[in-house]
Amino acid sequence: MTLKEIIHLLQAELICGESHINDNIEFAGGSDLMSDVLAFAKPGILLLTGLSNSQSVRTADIIEAKAIVYVRGKKPDPEGLKLAKKKDIPILLTEFMMYTACGLLYSHNLPGVYSESDKKS
Amino acid sequence: MTEKENVLFRKFEIQGKDFSRAGSISSKIKEILQETGISNSIIRRTAIATYEAELNVVMYADKGILYFSLDPDSIRLKIDDKGKGIKDISLAMKEGYSTATEEYREMGFGAGMGLPNIKKNADKFTVSSYVGKGTTLEILFYLNNSEAL
Repeated sequence: MTLKEIIHLLQAELICGESHINDNIEFAGGSDLMSDVLAFAKPGILLLTGLSNSQSVRTADIIEAKAIVYVRGKKPDPEGLKLAKKKDIPILLTEFMMYTACGLLYSHNLPGVYSESDKKS
Repeated sequence: MTEKENVLFRKFEIQGKDFSRAGSISSKIKEILQETGISNSIIRRTAIATYEAELNVVMYADKGILYFSLDPDSIRLKIDDKGKGIKDISLAMKEGYSTATEEYREMGFGAGMGLPNIKKNADKFTVSSYVGKGTTLEILFYLNNSEAL
């Protein structure tokens, strides 16, 4: 799924990283807990979060996320936005809540990050 | 470590409680490593471990120093902090154990994943600590995978 399709699906606004609009996204993960993101994310992930401090962008950079979606109307703080621009990480803003945003993406065949617990189910 | 021509050495200071700058050293180290042609997966593991170590100093210590060295065989990190130390290291190594304040949890951290995540990403990891004085983390990554086995 391209970033463009994700923007359309989530009725999102892209506030930086416009040059990546045709990039393909293969999987996603959602969390407000950056500790978990650091432990479980895989490179190339689309990160959905409601955490708007600059550490959300820093974490996305460290884990090599392809883009960040801020859910439930959140937006990154000025420092986070500055960092996202510097690191060329696309940022999407959506009004949807976390559950709905994830559900929309999942139901349109964007899978989650593979984990051991997925294997059992 | 002895100073050799083929060893790159850097020293960074970490300020406790300064959340806005947490991760900046990790970014810097990532940039250094990206210029060397080291594999992406090693760079990523190093960046994650460095970030976790930085966050630990920010959340739990007054200040710390991160020593970084790169030689043809390995990446070494040593983080020395001055702070309250860790009472029970084996407990701190357990996933989910945390003494973080509510404030840090609201900021998205302090889930008790830090030290276990460093261990997961590193090839060698040691923690030593003196309660009331501080903690030292030593983290090693091999550049040649066969040595890691």
